[in-house]
Amino acid sequence: MKREKVLVECTVNGKEVAEYVDPRESLLDMLRNRLGLTSVKKGCEVGECGACTVIIDGETIDSCIYLAVWAEGKNIRTLEGLEKNGEITRIQEAFIEEGAIQCGFCTPGFIMSATVLLEQGKELTREEIRKKMSGNLCRCTGYQNIVNAVEKVMHENAEKGI
Amino acid sequence: MYDIENYYNAKSVSEAIALLTEHPDARIISGGSDVLIKIREGKMAGSSLVSIRDIEEIKGVEKKDSGDIYIGAGTVFSHITADPVIQECIPVLGEAVDQVGGPQIRNIGTIGGNICNGAVSADSVPTVFSYNALLKIANAEGGRTVPVREFYLGPGRVDLHPGEVLTHVIIPRAEYEGYHGHYIKYSMRNAMDIATLSCSVVSRIDSAKNILEDVRITFGVAAPVPYRCVETEELLKGQKPGEELYQKLEDSIRKEIHPRDSWRASRDFRLQIGGEIARRALIQTVKLAGVPAKDQGGEEA
Amino acid sequence: MIGKSVPRVDAYEKVTGRAKFTEDLIPQGCLTAKILHASIGNGIVTSIDTKAAEALEGVVKVVTFKDVPDHCYPTPGHPWSVEPAHQDVADRNLLTGRVRYYGDDIAAVIAEDEITASRALKLIRVEYEEYPVEIHPRKSMQGSNPPIHFDKKDNVLARSNYMVGDVEKGMKESETIVRGTYKTPIVQHCHIENPISYAYMEKGRVVVVTSTQIPHIVRRVIGQALGIPWGRVRVIKPYIGGGFGNKQDVLYEPLNAFLTTQVGGRPVKLDISREETFCNTRTRHSIEFDLAAGVDKEGRLLAKDMHSYSNQGAYASHGHAIAANGLTSWRLQYACPNIRGEAYTVYTNTPVAGAMRGYGIPQVCFAIECFMDDVANAIHMDPLEFRRKNLIRGYYEDIYLKPIAANSNGIFECLKKGADYIRWDEKRKEYAGQSGSIRRGVGMALFSYKTGVWPISLEISGARLSLNQDGSVQVILGATEIGQGADTVFSQMVAETLQTDMEHVHIMSTQDTDISPFDTGAYASRQTFVTGTAVRHCAEILRDKILAYAKTLLPDIDTTELELRDNWIWAGGERAISLSALAEESYYSLTNSSVLTAEVSEQVKRNTIATGCCFAEVEVDLKLGKIKILHIINVHDSGKLINPQLAEMQVQGGMSMGMGYGISEQLLLDEKTGRPLNGNLLDYKMMTMLDTPEIKVDFVELNDPIGPYGNKALGEPPAIPCAPAIRNAVLHATGIAFNENPLTPQKLIDGFRKHGLIAADSR
Repeated sequence: MKREKVLVECTVNGKEVAEYVDPRESLLDMLRNRLGLTSVKKGCEVGECGACTVIIDGETIDSCIYLAVWAEGKNIRTLEGLEKNGEITRIQEAFIEEGAIQCGFCTPGFIMSATVLLEQGKELTREEIRKKMSGNLCRCTGYQNIVNAVEKVMHENAEKGI
Repeated sequence: MYDIENYYNAKSVSEAIALLTEHPDARIISGGSDVLIKIREGKMAGSSLVSIRDIEEIKGVEKKDSGDIYIGAGTVFSHITADPVIQECIPVLGEAVDQVGGPQIRNIGTIGGNICNGAVSADSVPTVFSYNALLKIANAEGGRTVPVREFYLGPGRVDLHPGEVLTHVIIPRAEYEGYHGHYIKYSMRNAMDIATLSCSVVSRIDSAKNILEDVRITFGVAAPVPYRCVETEELLKGQKPGEELYQKLEDSIRKEIHPRDSWRASRDFRLQIGGEIARRALIQTVKLAGVPAKDQGGEEA
Repeated sequence: MIGKSVPRVDAYEKVTGRAKFTEDLIPQGCLTAKILHASIGNGIVTSIDTKAAEALEGVVKVVTFKDVPDHCYPTPGHPWSVEPAHQDVADRNLLTGRVRYYGDDIAAVIAEDEITASRALKLIRVEYEEYPVEIHPRKSMQGSNPPIHFDKKDNVLARSNYMVGDVEKGMKESETIVRGTYKTPIVQHCHIENPISYAYMEKGRVVVVTSTQIPHIVRRVIGQALGIPWGRVRVIKPYIGGGFGNKQDVLYEPLNAFLTTQVGGRPVKLDISREETFCNTRTRHSIEFDLAAGVDKEGRLLAKDMHSYSNQGAYASHGHAIAANGLTSWRLQYACPNIRGEAYTVYTNTPVAGAMRGYGIPQVCFAIECFMDDVANAIHMDPLEFRRKNLIRGYYEDIYLKPIAANSNGIFECLKKGADYIRWDEKRKEYAGQSGSIRRGVGMALFSYKTGVWPISLEISGARLSLNQDGSVQVILGATEIGQGADTVFSQMVAETLQTDMEHVHIMSTQDTDISPFDTGAYASRQTFVTGTAVRHCAEILRDKILAYAKTLLPDIDTTELELRDNWIWAGGERAISLSALAEESYYSLTNSSVLTAEVSEQVKRNTIATGCCFAEVEVDLKLGKIKILHIINVHDSGKLINPQLAEMQVQGGMSMGMGYGISEQLLLDEKTGRPLNGNLLDYKMMTMLDTPEIKVDFVELNDPIGPYGNKALGEPPAIPCAPAIRNAVLHATGIAFNENPLTPQKLIDGFRKHGLIAADSR
């Protein structure tokens, strides 16, 4: 079965990417298998766990239920793209400080969700943070320290006027 | 990898209709959160798809000069919630679709997909029913407009013919002006869940006379299709809000809805919950209408 | 270093997404295998036709139950026993024609890609002869024809019992006798990474890379399953995305190993889907308990009686060890002169139950702690007072399994902290006699938990340390990091014993059975205790070797004056030589080079009991059947904490799991087929962030005299007491005793109706 590949041109972590993809591929497949971005994790393949969360044009999506061809023209960010000049972002540091990481499998998805929240620049209540992060499942942490990490950086940003 | 036979991308409504006519077996895909999952499950494995997600003309919310609100079928839930027109005129719809799945799903799921997949648990649908929305459908013959109440034919079946595309959900001005709505999704979790039962109540109250002038109550998951409780509505119209009315509502709802037994919940359970969430939703609309607390009545108020 | 909240050693890798999990390592061109699962719940395959599947382009190989070795093998992550009587039950084949549960493994397809593999599965034609399906243990143990396994005619996998004192006599002497029946559900681990492995052959050996808690056990079981020498198997464990006991079982690794041998050793991956994880890996046993107790006038327990029935599912896996562990727990912690226990583990046509965080104790704790509240209620005593009256203070030991003992016992201090936090006395009074449709209550529960498995099973661990050229230390262990923070606390232990800092300790996070010393792996809350003992001993040996080598460099100084501290060798309180200079000499000295290494393989014949409790305050919405957890705290006595922050994290996660067990999680099965009805993350209700309340954690840090660093079990205990504490809080709020978890809205509404708290007839 020979299948025609489709050219997808998009921006991934700030770089122009042009890939011929199989139209049956998910974005998850493309990011992991073609671009080697293995921070994007597969946990359920049906948008229930959030482990494959990436940011597309400023919004989080589950890359498992998003076809690779839909990435055409989009600006996509994965965890690999957050570091700048070898330095991790404040939310990544806060995950370490607050003990928001255990097995680490859900961590990339959580950090992407947190990144979008923080970029929106609002200071939210813990309950609001919980709602806005509720598309990511974690079985290790009970979420407590993940909320703590997000709240901490949100508060710092508010103090700094970011 | 999804087991998709052929994939076609429509850039306009007319192109979508042409593609669907040319490939009568193909299915429409919009957000993908429903169709892709069915492909993976095997229910739709091997299907061909016509994507309507790149059609800009069916995205966004617009308030026409007439005051009618046009919601593009391809508008994703999070954009509906954030839309100023929705927030001003029909906030309950924004609140309802803010309860779909989780944030990521709300960034891809569309209101058109939510209506057209025919699921009774769809979070947008009870509210769309309670506002007597009209569905604008495009086809090769120039299109048609269908009241949403006539759109559902049976479990999972809707009145969308091959070669047709839902383009807009229309909420006429007369149906929302002066009304307040509240939606309650009853589910087992507070996020990432589907409704076990859901209820959207929209009411208009003459606050001077403290009379419930009009009320519309729609249930999800209480019957094979989304269910307007017309009998109960008639019973309540023209009455004073208060405990007596709420009790009447509760009792009447339990007679009127037809939930079923399933492993998710028993019929009796759904009847209990149904009466209670209808009561709480109505009380909330009374509050939203600015009825003074002393006149709201109800033990939960 | 002990007692410090140092950051995880793997935090940076995980927070950047660079930590490599199994799927991240799969080589290009790896073949994909998929399994054909039975579509009936009990029966036998009468014919199987694979021709169409084999003919599909892209299919490399189809194997069926007819192609696999005849002999059976065991799967649980237990140490092997050299005594046949204590060996695990071997009742599995790689694939089977005798279907024992819905979804049993019949055949497998190896293909070039996953779509081809999926399409090929659909082309396999299978015909069955069906037998009746039985999913309930108490019915299944009445026997079936044919039995689920031919050698267990009554479907009873095992039974055990004991009697301490004389229960009949104790009951007779009692003022009040209380009885209760309790039941726990089937639940699933829900680690976010599904089980996944890939296998290939290299130099005539099978290599399997897998997401497992127990690489050395996987190696042995693959050898047993394939009938090949164990030395011909190599198992590699990268970072794993959670296990919680499911990956303390040998799952599909033997089949994966077999499949690569069928395609000439080409790499084959076996990527288990979420639905398969629910149906085809392992679950936590559902157990039913019949309990009775007699108390005297003062409310002291005089006699206790337990009969339990554990639903094993279709294959033995960890088997009776789970129910037996619960049975042991029944005779611990509470003082009572007369105790009887009996447990059955019964095969049924349901998904296979195995190990899950707590190993039988979450189940028995739910039963016991609900029952203790019910007994207290029956004699009109405050449940906390009742427990204080009956709990053993200080040291106690198990009557049969020596040396299991509470060598330190902080339960009373734990109860005090928990009660203070929840404001027990005040709220018990405040919430008495409510009448509205929104009611509040407080409840509590407690537990005890062993540390490791000795003497029920072997405890052995290995460690290898070597001194690098720069004076830092390389640590290689067979114990596994599974998210709990093991690598970090082991590094802290090494740093403590060598009196150095974390920067000078480098631990290898991957286990590779070709390299890593023998250790049975992550389970039984054993690693900080058992592996910790090996690590400490190994570090002491290395320290002594360093000092001995220092003596050769400092011949004039008396050995007794030498000391290792802060990366220096000190002599008489003065810096003598830096550790890095010493290390460099040890590598490159032309006269005296000998790289300093230490290795131990150590059996640990000790065990100590950890304890703790949960206090919860809930609000119950009677008309909607909803429980809201307002406040919840776990207080643990796990001895000295190696890393307080990691300890707290461990408790938070366990509590989340425990709360799910209490109010929302259950794997439901179809009565007719045993098929899971909700085997996916949408329909199976593990808690989301929005469902989880703020979690409070506290500790009582007693130094355990036999823990290597004063520590004892912590990994599993947090998941144990929340469910019964919540149930008891609901009892306090509503007066209704719900004896089956989880307390779902459906059960609550049914219960409230039955007891007249809401209108009985809604129509």
